[in-house]
Amino acid sequence: MPKFVLLWTDVVIWLLFLTMLGYGWLVSRSPTWRVSWGKVFRDAPALACAVLVLLCLLLTLVDSVHYRRALPAGAGSAPGAVAYEPRTRSALDAMLSHLIDSRESTYSKPLAYVGFRKESVEVNGKVERVAPRLQFGGVHLKNPEQEWVGDVTARAVKGLIGGAIVAAIVSFLMIAVLARNAKTTLREMWQRVIHDETPIPWRVALITIFSVAGVFGPIVALMDWYHVLGTDRTGNDVLFQALKSIRTAFVIGTLSTIATLPLAVILGIMAGYFRGWVDELIQYIYTVLSSIPNILLIAAFVLMVQVFLDKHPELFETGAQRSDLKLFLLCAILGLTGWAGLCRLLRAETMKLRELEYVQAASAFGVGPMRIMAKHIFPNVAHLMLITTVLEFSALILYEAVLSYVGVGVDPSMNSFGGMINLARSEMSTDPVVWWSFAAAFTFMVTLVLAANLFADGVRDAFDPRSRAFRPKRISTRKAA
Amino acid sequence: MLSYLTRRVIYGALVLLGVNLATFFLFFTVNTPDDMARLNIGGKRVTPDLISKWKIERGYDKPLYWNDKKEGSEKLTDTIFWDRSVSLFTLNFGRADGESAGDIGYEVSKRMWVSMQLALPLFILQVIASTTFALVLVMFRHTRWDLWGVVLCVVMLSISSLFYIIVGQFLFSRVLKLAPISGYAPGLDVVKFLVLPIGLSLLARLGAEARLYRAMFLEEIGRDYVRTARAKGLSEAKVLFKHVLRNALIPIITSAGAYLPYVFMGSLVFESFFGIPGLGAYVIDAITKQDFAIVRTMVFVGSLLYIATYILIDIAYTWADPRVRLA
Repeated sequence: MPKFVLLWTDVVIWLLFLTMLGYGWLVSRSPTWRVSWGKVFRDAPALACAVLVLLCLLLTLVDSVHYRRALPAGAGSAPGAVAYEPRTRSALDAMLSHLIDSRESTYSKPLAYVGFRKESVEVNGKVERVAPRLQFGGVHLKNPEQEWVGDVTARAVKGLIGGAIVAAIVSFLMIAVLARNAKTTLREMWQRVIHDETPIPWRVALITIFSVAGVFGPIVALMDWYHVLGTDRTGNDVLFQALKSIRTAFVIGTLSTIATLPLAVILGIMAGYFRGWVDELIQYIYTVLSSIPNILLIAAFVLMVQVFLDKHPELFETGAQRSDLKLFLLCAILGLTGWAGLCRLLRAETMKLRELEYVQAASAFGVGPMRIMAKHIFPNVAHLMLITTVLEFSALILYEAVLSYVGVGVDPSMNSFGGMINLARSEMSTDPVVWWSFAAAFTFMVTLVLAANLFADGVRDAFDPRSRAFRPKRISTRKAA
Repeated sequence: MLSYLTRRVIYGALVLLGVNLATFFLFFTVNTPDDMARLNIGGKRVTPDLISKWKIERGYDKPLYWNDKKEGSEKLTDTIFWDRSVSLFTLNFGRADGESAGDIGYEVSKRMWVSMQLALPLFILQVIASTTFALVLVMFRHTRWDLWGVVLCVVMLSISSLFYIIVGQFLFSRVLKLAPISGYAPGLDVVKFLVLPIGLSLLARLGAEARLYRAMFLEEIGRDYVRTARAKGLSEAKVLFKHVLRNALIPIITSAGAYLPYVFMGSLVFESFFGIPGLGAYVIDAITKQDFAIVRTMVFVGSLLYIATYILIDIAYTWADPRVRLA
């Protein structure tokens, strides 16, 4: 029986997921929120990106179940006492255990069966420079020069078919649910989706699902036999690193924005509502905070955290727990240093709201200030909170890379896009160029950030009445029906 | 105007005081000088003797806020707080924490000019490039060009600046050999070394800024004076570049001004990637070497610049918009 390890970020990620489910339930019950969220998903790019972000969220959740395997009982150990591995694994690690175990000795190109660097090997009594066969990538090939192309193609095609089948099943389920909700037949619903006649462009969601399946089907089919994205300097699979980095990016993006919320919301509303000396004081605090260049402030905090972790080794049992605690504290720091912008926004909005009649009426009825702020003002500034949160998400993922480069980011032992780029920097200056780590980090990161950005745009357009005019008008290619 | 400025300056000084207190608290009370010494010496060689030697060398052996052993005003002045925090206001930064590191003030004054050589042209070109791109998008509004322009902006702003740097260095320096990969030379040669970082930095920020400015221009373009200008028969270009541009200046000044502190501070990442010995590279070096004294000083310098910038922005408003009166 493995021992489950509850890391700090795991707890928060799962709590966040439950909160999101709860919020989704509330939205489905409230007609006004349903209209707003309906608007978000009616925007085709936003819907497609929501699907992508959701997939990343699923990956993050799977990667957020950690455990330590029990070691087989040793000769000298007391009966009943179980020792556990020092290594903490996640459910994702277990699913991709083959990628972890198949470690090569050094660089290899994507899908290669030989190493990247040539080595001196004795062949028939003569020393020759040849690229050695890999230990794991493509070992099943007897005669690699001839078989390689056929093998890779055959497996990729099989993967493509498998991906298409999975995507078809998912779409079938989706259409079945839609048909049930709309109380029509499956065939009718299918026609409507395919001709893009549904209010929410489900066709776009279908296309997204099929494209993702089309990309990942072959990758999954090939990854047990080859290193699909190559290996890095120490022979680790790059695909695995990229997949693990998604969790780090996700944790930083969500946790840090959420960490800004309590301070920003409470102080912002209080400053706007009470005005006077409360306002002056809060303004002073956030002016002080925002007048320190952000990266320096974060660096200062992170250095202090390093000293703190040095001093308190009792807070963590394993290396994974240490790096996780560091990530958690980094998010807290990003939250602590980043609330000024939202606070300023909320303060201004509250100042406007408190002069409106309904607030005046509430106050005339003798409702206390706490209740007014919580019941009358907060719900009316909540959309700003939501918009800022989703907008910040992608910005923070980008920021993580910079912070890691500066040396105040996540622990080097943790996979992250910043860490990958950092290593890739020196790889790009070698000759011949080792480009695949960089390309993998680039592709994954841009996809995630772009998806988050487009989704955030959709949310902003739906919830912020002011911004709607500034989107480029959709150019209609079809004639109006 | 003058009384307004005086008030702003006093408020700025108060904010600076707050920054100073906060950093001092963070660096000396949350963690004691002993911890810093331990981290700085590092490894297993840490002995009490070494720690106290380290502290005496850097003047960290004094009491934090109040020295009981001294007489008169020295009770206040012979403390770490006075040495390391109050004296910052006189721009006396003291020595760095590292073994061979020298006087911080000297380094800052030397590196500031290097940073400015990179950042000042960058700042000016940035504003010009972003506004031009945004205006072109606005000119083609409601067309396919605008749509794809905005898509391009979103894609560009989704790419980390590190990618621009790495790809740019690879492409322009290694493959095309148009500019040196990194380095710095004083005098006129500097242009050769600065072209690439400036160009890449422009690209890295173009997407985000052009999109922001486009939104600002579109907000202006619905106003009545624009209709009047068109009704009077002015060409579209004239309407945009004369009327709309001037009226959108205020928000543009605000958002562009936010980058002004970095004109002096230098862009951390770009300087260190391109080996330009400016303030940004200094900070990164200090962070990797865990030199707390430099980080502390740079926090102070950074906030000083930020506060000064915001006062400058306020003055710029009066120039850009005659309706704004500072009182």
